[in-house]
Amino acid sequence: MKLAYYPGCALHGSSNDYEQSLRACLGKLEVEPQEIKEWICCGATAAHALNHKLSIALPARNLALAEQQGFEEMLAPCPMCSMQLRKAAKLMDEDASLRREISSVIEAEVTGRVQVLNLIQVLQRIGPERIKPAVKNPLADLKPACYYGCLLTRPPAIVQFDDPEQPSSMETIVKVLGAKPVDWNFRTECCGAGMTMAKEETVLELSQRILADAQRHGANCVVTACPMCHVNLDMKQHDIEQHAGAHFGLPVYYLTDLVGLALGISREELGIDRHFVT
Amino acid sequence: MRALQLGNFEKAMSADAIWACVSCQTCSTRCPQSVDCAGVMDILREGALGRGLASPAQRSVVVFQQAFLNNIRRNGRLDEIELIAEFKLRALPSERSLPFLFKDAGLAPKLQKRKKLHLRGEKVNDRAVVRRIFERCGDGQHE
Repeated sequence: MKLAYYPGCALHGSSNDYEQSLRACLGKLEVEPQEIKEWICCGATAAHALNHKLSIALPARNLALAEQQGFEEMLAPCPMCSMQLRKAAKLMDEDASLRREISSVIEAEVTGRVQVLNLIQVLQRIGPERIKPAVKNPLADLKPACYYGCLLTRPPAIVQFDDPEQPSSMETIVKVLGAKPVDWNFRTECCGAGMTMAKEETVLELSQRILADAQRHGANCVVTACPMCHVNLDMKQHDIEQHAGAHFGLPVYYLTDLVGLALGISREELGIDRHFVT
Repeated sequence: MRALQLGNFEKAMSADAIWACVSCQTCSTRCPQSVDCAGVMDILREGALGRGLASPAQRSVVVFQQAFLNNIRRNGRLDEIELIAEFKLRALPSERSLPFLFKDAGLAPKLQKRKKLHLRGEKVNDRAVVRRIFERCGDGQHE
């Protein structure tokens, strides 16, 4: 599988534990994503909130770079990046004049050849038939609350992934690992995402509802595939507990942490020792 | 949405709600009439900013998003510490408090211990092309 890798800013910033986990886990499964040279930020919420054209141009530049570098598939492990990349590709697919305009803005052609995949889609491609026989340490004690957050499944017309109300792709994977995912209500609720700095109280309130519901349904950890969800639920968990006047103590794992642990990779190699809640 | 249906665009663009929105896309996904509410929020924010109508009460969100774009314009990729510094310094006049300025400083050693702190962020080599993309999109330096 020749796979381009678009890390996005978070995975090269304070969520570098996600990149460590992902590389260790995919490496064990013999998938080596190759980083796109000269990739730039997708613009995230700031671009789509303040400048529509920029929110298409920035991701489009990355799609063009991936094409130039000979890729047909691209892993974007951050759901925000992944959604923005797919949105730009879709808008340009539907409107030839927009494609010409954006190509001239970004000084590169985008033909639309590159398909953007999120992390779960890459694990699905590898397939349970390859993952299951490689499981050395079944995660029998784990009862994870599989947390999708907003942008893995929304907006459905853009991401075209799983069910936006009742997703099940993460549960399918963790069951292969021997874990027992809990049934709970807040799987696709928002954690407050990028408001961590600008409006902290929003994050504390939304996140406490998520952790409280996970706890109420008997989860002993949360699993996510999003760097922002991880920052809010892990790094901010102490503040969330103070805000809620409750104790959660729920470790928050990246999906690749759980796959990696089951495949026999150590916590240190996966970067789990760098999380806040352990 | 009601203000827009009634043609009261200024009221919608001056609303606090458009800056409280976290863009989680739930409303667009669930709307029985297939209205892209989250997309409308984006258009209102861009319009509010261009017309100077952004709610002063939501200044911290506006300033954060602007500081984010300034950062990408300069570096091509996000420099987290530089973003936080610009956000805090520009948001300060409205927040008017030293606790606000230093509130997150306590996180630095904890992030450092976990090798999550990058004193200097990454920059792409071809930053000139990033600036030209911003200019062609009509996005200047946000003051």
